Amino acid sequence: MAANTVLQVEALSLAAKSKKLVENVSFSLGKGESLGLVGESGSGKSLTLRAILGLLPRGIEQTGGVIKSDVSSAMVFQDPRGALDPLCPVVAQVAEVIYYRQKASRKASRIQALELLEMLGLPDSLKKSDRYPSQLSGGQCQRIVIAMALACKPGILLCDEPTTALDVTVQRQIIETITSLQRELGFAMVFVTHNLAIAASLCPKLCVMKEGQIVEHDDTLRLLQNPTNPYTRMLLDSVLPLPELEGSEQ
Amino acid sequence: MNSIQIDSPRPMGGRKISVASRVWNTPSLLVGGLMFAVLIGLAVFIPFISPYQPSEQNLSAFLQHPSAEHWLGTDQLGRDLFTRLIYAARTDLKIMVLAEIIPFCTGVFLGMLAGYYGKWLNTLISLLTDTLIAFPFYLIVIIVAFASGAGERGIYITFMLVGWIVFARVVKGLSASFREQEWVASAQTLGLPGVRIILRHLLPNVLPQAIVVLMTDMIGLLVAIVTLGYLGIGITPPTPDWGTMIADGRSFITTAWWLSAVPGLAVVYTGIALSLVGDGLADLWRKK
Amino acid sequence: MMRVSKTLNKSSGGAVSGSWLIWAVIRALVVILCVMTAVFFIIRIVPGDPAKMILGEYSTPEAIQKMRHTLGLDLPLWEQFFRFVKTLFTQGDTGNSIIAGTSTRALIVERAPVTLLLIGMACVLAVVVALLLAVLAATHKDRLADHLIRVIPTITLGMPVFWVGLLLILLFSVRLHWFPVGGIGEGWTGTLYSLTLPAITVAFSQIPTLVRSLRAQLLEVLESDFVVTLKAAGIPSRVVLFKHVLRNSALPTLMLLGVNISYLIGGTLVVEQVFGIKGIGSLLFSSIAKRDFPVIQGIALYCAVSVVIISLLIEIISWWLDPRTRGKQ
Repeated sequence: MAANTVLQVEALSLAAKSKKLVENVSFSLGKGESLGLVGESGSGKSLTLRAILGLLPRGIEQTGGVIKSDVSSAMVFQDPRGALDPLCPVVAQVAEVIYYRQKASRKASRIQALELLEMLGLPDSLKKSDRYPSQLSGGQCQRIVIAMALACKPGILLCDEPTTALDVTVQRQIIETITSLQRELGFAMVFVTHNLAIAASLCPKLCVMKEGQIVEHDDTLRLLQNPTNPYTRMLLDSVLPLPELEGSEQ
Repeated sequence: MNSIQIDSPRPMGGRKISVASRVWNTPSLLVGGLMFAVLIGLAVFIPFISPYQPSEQNLSAFLQHPSAEHWLGTDQLGRDLFTRLIYAARTDLKIMVLAEIIPFCTGVFLGMLAGYYGKWLNTLISLLTDTLIAFPFYLIVIIVAFASGAGERGIYITFMLVGWIVFARVVKGLSASFREQEWVASAQTLGLPGVRIILRHLLPNVLPQAIVVLMTDMIGLLVAIVTLGYLGIGITPPTPDWGTMIADGRSFITTAWWLSAVPGLAVVYTGIALSLVGDGLADLWRKK
Repeated sequence: MMRVSKTLNKSSGGAVSGSWLIWAVIRALVVILCVMTAVFFIIRIVPGDPAKMILGEYSTPEAIQKMRHTLGLDLPLWEQFFRFVKTLFTQGDTGNSIIAGTSTRALIVERAPVTLLLIGMACVLAVVVALLLAVLAATHKDRLADHLIRVIPTITLGMPVFWVGLLLILLFSVRLHWFPVGGIGEGWTGTLYSLTLPAITVAFSQIPTLVRSLRAQLLEVLESDFVVTLKAAGIPSRVVLFKHVLRNSALPTLMLLGVNISYLIGGTLVVEQVFGIKGIGSLLFSSIAKRDFPVIQGIALYCAVSVVIISLLIEIISWWLDPRTRGKQ
């Protein structure tokens, strides 16, 4: 099934000064596939994503390994409000991405941006007057961020805990939006979360990370049924009751 | 980094690595301290270094260029510039330190009270600081120094009135955030009196930050003393002072520019030394 | 002296609009009342008799008594204060000049334009240079340019502003003959030309503080999530920096200017003295030389009240410009 690989991470290592943050991480992703990266905070999963994106935070360097990818990637962030320029109207932000990414005219960019927002189920009121991130709800902001990512026409969508900062009801809507968009547009996805239940319901394959290393990497169902690593077992035990596992096998 | 960064205060204690080694690992503190020590050393030992008196006139040798005899030349009255410069350091540094004592203590004390007790005391003190801060610093310094009469006394009165604001503001912020901490609440429930909490626990926590601010503030104070001297409402002649020296040299700026430039450089040198000490202390306390 | 910069600490999206504004205005009014009281007490709080100071040490007791009467110092304190407040509200100043006999307000209004122009020029200059340096430092963090720029405050903090002015005169006027040594030129261009060097001097004293805070401010914005989002979405970093990052740093810069405006005015007064500019500063020093108390009080009052009003305006403007304060609609 992985004949047409879009992303290949080989022995990736990241470090800040002499402190090792991510060590020897490898995985690959096929076209349209989804992979879940699970682990506690500080396990290096977000950094791995930033490395794939090519935007490592200041002071952190790639010390080893290669990342091969022949398609563009875009990212959805954890804190939707912080991920938007507070002084720029949201529609303009999406339009700006289209303007620079797809070389459309300013006017065409804006029209396309509005179409994208409609596709994401954002209210029409956005079209009429300029709205700023502070005037939208967290869930609405996250939809804008997703719209900005989609405006890049990505081959891979990198999701960095996109639901953690949201209310439980909104979490569900956002996840549904992402899955239906994936079905429609066919991008591959790396989904980072500390929530094993969400990852399991979204992705057929999982990587469990701990202290910068992958401790377990397997099909979701097999991993959930026979966890070999004690850390995975601990994560599993902490998610009770288990969510609808059947949903993961599509 | 910013020397007035307000770190959130935390309880003192913890491992004490040898103080000497920590100081040794803070180069800015070492360099600044050394620069300041050299200045103090010169000021203390100047009678043994220089054969001249600060006010000793020699009208046959006026406006001389620097030479082996007069290291920095002489001024319009034939006084040795280097000797005068160091004697002026005595005057200005002494006043700088003395004038800072009362404002520092009042500022820290009021800041702690306002931050710890909050409410009407806080409102009152911020109203007072807002009022005083509305007056441009140099304007109020000039007016008060003039009204209380030129000279040392005027400088002390001036800074007693306006100098405490900086400390009060910084300490107030620190104390207010300190108050929010849980162990303060627990100390209160244990029935410790407010005075005890303030003196035994709050003071040691705000003092480091206040001292860092003190270093920067002393630079401002020194510059103000020198400015008052230059304007003729600070130290009065014949007492040597960097400000009056710069003012005296002004008339000779085309022929002997160093008469004005060198005393200014002495102020800048002191400023760099204090600034480095301040940065160093901030580093030292942040590391802990 | 440093002042800790204020940060935008408004709640995001609450219904704060009207009541916040009213409180800000009330607060400013109370501070202005306190400022007036302070101006009244400024010559009474310090030891010594103002009448004696005006006339000198060796004046006759009769002359001193007469002067005390002219100044109203022989009245009870509350009546003096009442008269002071009355003049303030009827004439808008602190009484007539003892020397010139004209109203203090007229004297100040006559001198104000050149001072305001100088302050304006210095402000623009300081902000432009500080922004350039701060952008350079923040985008080259921990590299050579950053280290060099970060050393600036350490060195310039101890530079007396009048001394900097003297050195600039020495270099640009005496040696290079680029600018006049002092005074004000003819016409608009002449005025601007002769104010250039003083404006540079005043700006020079402001730049270190501004650069230091702006650099920290820019770094905070540069490292915020939305910059990563924009970069991740493929927007050129040049556009991100000059459009988004600078726009986000503009409001804090404005606030910073508001905090520093009082310091800037003070520096301007001293610099006027160095360059022989006939503005408020020289009026202050000539009044000090002549012991003209009402004029000195008037200058203090006008300066302080302007500072309070400017700070209030800046607060209102930044509140009005910031969409975060508008709340959900």
